[in-house]
Amino acid sequence: MIEFSRHPASYRHWKLTIEGPVATLAMDVREDGGLFPGYTLKLNSYDLGVDIELYDAVQRLRFEHPEVRAVVIASNKERVFCAGANIAMLGQSSHQQKVDFCKFTNETRNAIEDASRHSGQSYLCAIEGTASGGGYELALATEHIILVDDGFSAVSLPEVALLGVLPGTGGLTRLVDKRRVRRDRADFFCTLSEGIRGKRALEWNLVDEIVPRSKLKDAVARCAAAFAARSDRPADAEGIALTPLTRAVTEDAIAYDHVTVALDRVGACARIHVAAPEEPPPRDAAGIHAQGAAFWPLAVARELDDAILHLRANEPELGTWILTTGGAAELVAAADAALMDNADDWLAREITLYLKRVFKRLDVTSRSLIALIEPGSCFAGTLLELALAADRSYMLDGAFEGDSRPPATLRPGPMNFGPLAMANDLSRIETRFLGEADKVEAVRAALGTDLDAQAADDLGLVTFIPDDIDWHDEVRMAVEARASFSSDALTGMEANLRFAGPETLETKIFGRLSAWQNWIFQRPNAVGEEGALTRFGSGQPARFDKSRV
Amino acid sequence: MTIDYQEKIPNNVGLGEDRRLRRALERWLPGYQRWWREFGPVDSESLDVYLRTAISVEAGGWANYGYVRMPDYRWGIFLAHPEPDRRVGFGMHAGEPAWQEVPGEYRAELRRLIVTQGDTEPASVEQQRHLGKTCPSLYDLRNLFQVNVEEGRHLWAMVYLLHGFFGRDGREEAEAMLERHSGDPDRPRILNAFNQETPDWLSFFMFTYFTDRDGKYQLASLAESGFDPLSRTCRFMLTEEAHHMFVGESGIRRIVQRACEAMNEHKTGEPRAHGVIDLPTLQKYLNLHFSASLDLFGQELSTNAANYYTMGLKGRFRETRIDDDHRLADALYPVPEVRGDAAVMVEAPALTAVNERLRDDYVVDCQRGLGKWNRVIRDAGIDFELRLPRRAFNRKIGAFAGIRSTPEGRIITEGEWDRRQAGWLPSAEDQAYVQSLMAPVTEPGKMANWIAAPAKGIDGKPIEFEYLRFD
Repeated sequence: MIEFSRHPASYRHWKLTIEGPVATLAMDVREDGGLFPGYTLKLNSYDLGVDIELYDAVQRLRFEHPEVRAVVIASNKERVFCAGANIAMLGQSSHQQKVDFCKFTNETRNAIEDASRHSGQSYLCAIEGTASGGGYELALATEHIILVDDGFSAVSLPEVALLGVLPGTGGLTRLVDKRRVRRDRADFFCTLSEGIRGKRALEWNLVDEIVPRSKLKDAVARCAAAFAARSDRPADAEGIALTPLTRAVTEDAIAYDHVTVALDRVGACARIHVAAPEEPPPRDAAGIHAQGAAFWPLAVARELDDAILHLRANEPELGTWILTTGGAAELVAAADAALMDNADDWLAREITLYLKRVFKRLDVTSRSLIALIEPGSCFAGTLLELALAADRSYMLDGAFEGDSRPPATLRPGPMNFGPLAMANDLSRIETRFLGEADKVEAVRAALGTDLDAQAADDLGLVTFIPDDIDWHDEVRMAVEARASFSSDALTGMEANLRFAGPETLETKIFGRLSAWQNWIFQRPNAVGEEGALTRFGSGQPARFDKSRV
Repeated sequence: MTIDYQEKIPNNVGLGEDRRLRRALERWLPGYQRWWREFGPVDSESLDVYLRTAISVEAGGWANYGYVRMPDYRWGIFLAHPEPDRRVGFGMHAGEPAWQEVPGEYRAELRRLIVTQGDTEPASVEQQRHLGKTCPSLYDLRNLFQVNVEEGRHLWAMVYLLHGFFGRDGREEAEAMLERHSGDPDRPRILNAFNQETPDWLSFFMFTYFTDRDGKYQLASLAESGFDPLSRTCRFMLTEEAHHMFVGESGIRRIVQRACEAMNEHKTGEPRAHGVIDLPTLQKYLNLHFSASLDLFGQELSTNAANYYTMGLKGRFRETRIDDDHRLADALYPVPEVRGDAAVMVEAPALTAVNERLRDDYVVDCQRGLGKWNRVIRDAGIDFELRLPRRAFNRKIGAFAGIRSTPEGRIITEGEWDRRQAGWLPSAEDQAYVQSLMAPVTEPGKMANWIAAPAKGIDGKPIEFEYLRFD
């Protein structure tokens, strides 16, 4: 079982040091520290285990270190920054493992950019030695790349030339979209196995600054200080501890404090249930800080995040996730209000940004998502996003026979109108009603209102509203039919339907780049007996089928 | 600019007729000369040195002796005679005609090989630039400068390949070779062994014996290359490299001889009091230089090395004389691996183990010189034997990089290493002692006290010959 929880005290591959407003995350990958046997993590190459630690560090820096305003990514190895994803690891991984690995690493790179852009915690990168493939892509996720100009240190994306695959962690996209490297230069660069050094790297905007070796420290300090100076993070605040999650895993269930997952292996689905808070939230920022990791929105974000990662990595055959909620809508609305009323507090901001990232993770998950809105459920505000993220939602019209609970309702809130934007930078409601501003406004008019099935259906917020006579068959058949389809076709279909609207860097990475990469990952030219990934490291040359498809 | 190219730059590559190459080298030459002035042997510009200059590849053409001022040394460009109908000798292209141009798909790999090799040539000149101040004799000083100018010529040889076959990228790489400098904190040489200063003549002799021998093995494996100009260039360089190793082997032999003489003369086992280098100190320097040179061969298992082999770019030592399929698709080769606190040999794909095989060949070759030195000790009736440390000792690269080992190959703890390493590697005190012996001797025929006279002079000249004239 792949575990996603880590703690800095037990990092094997990274060294996190903090001096005042500047943190340094130094990569020093243990060669024998691979997550699986069969490969050696030479030259700061990484596998999922290395990246899980990176993700942990990125998260903790945001929550546990409000004082940190700039984060330097560097290497503790001599003359090598990072050689990218370990190729032997990729070569022995199944297709599913490769895709999951790339998705997770992409999400972490996006989280790094999110921190720089929204959290006042800006990343920069100091490259001494070679930054190749995923190593350079990690650098590309930062806001300022400093390259040592020593006639040796270089940045490169050698995947096409050496491995017959793509730089799949956003490299191609960030070159032309983020850094505006001219496409013909990018084309040349991406076919060079040895990459580009010094002056030309700067001229082509592959890096932001070149410095002599002896000036690297100064340059890093200068840039970090400039980043720190423009940050709005508080200097004197105390961080909150991301305490270990309480999680009980059994054969057919996973239970956290607020999130529970029932694993239905016969039906090939997981039922994810999220419970609303049981208490009203603290009234002010100080109260939120005092609750820390126990504050409901943060606790739910962490639990949901872990559950998504766990199910993705360890339960690939549970192809449908059924999303349910329970509890009091007022309390969710109050928790949302606590976040939004304190939006200028660093911690409240972090929690909201984290919730946004968790829902984004759900959006790019290759599972069918079906939301069930029943009596007792609580699709309000933040939790309404679950229904909006689902591929389909079913809301019971009325009550079940013999059930005295009031009929199901859902309640839109301010959280549904911007703070939890999707990868396309639109809210899920805006994406749902793309180009139909009046429909968005109609929902906005119902802000804070408990909508019954008919009202929700009228507003277009749910897919179907069967009554209690039809409910069980409708839902059962929907889930059973889903399980009968090709999982690949479903993944492709869902990924295309979920992201209406404008393209962004993120949608391109998860759409265009990942889709092409995942196609190439399947092709004999990469993974066939004589393919480049298979042959890499053997000294035997790859043989390609040269016909263009 | 009109230049008599054959006179100024002796060559057999048609430099006079090749506009592209001429333009490139003309632009590069001033930078090279500046580099020699700034980073070549210190205060040597006005010396007349009795040097050998290669002016052709015909028999005898590579050994023309005469007094030369080093800035005016004629650095030539020579390729060994072409072999008619030469074929690629190994890898996936075995049997195909050898390439006279760089194959497009191997451009980056070939350039990298040439740059890595080329970078070591000027590096050693830089490492040795202060040694002239403390020469033990004119004979030795002349040998030092001979080594230096030939390393300079080897740089020319590599630059010729870069200029002649790699276009703009090649020219940039050639420039960069003059911009990196040994030990420069901002722009160091590529390989770490070439960033350490050569602080004394004992180190110089050790360097020419052990590290230049690594150069021999690298050049020999590049001489097998399917890229014919590289092969021919390296074959010619090997003739000069042999002299460098002679300087090392004979230098150490003379030091050993002097130590034995002093021990016998004064009937002592500890001859330092008599101003010579004692055998245990020699052993420590040997341990240091041998282990550092082993690192130059790289990891035991190397994807790059395997790729170079399969591509036909870099072969094994004396590839053509090896009796196998020269493809190594299924062959195995034993490589060391550390398991727990023991080194064990495991069978690995021979293709990825070509570095290790080259290292094995090198170790055998190193042992030969030790035999000669030990004969000197034995003949003097002294009970001492110089030994190569086991390859687990003092390694920074490869399977043994993460462990500590005695010279005998027993894996030990970090604590034991700390306690005992001064007995195995030159201590600060040893280095200070050797340094204290380094005083210049420049009277023709005279030798410093710590080194015996050579058996014979250079080019049939007597030992008293004035190998250098100071003006």
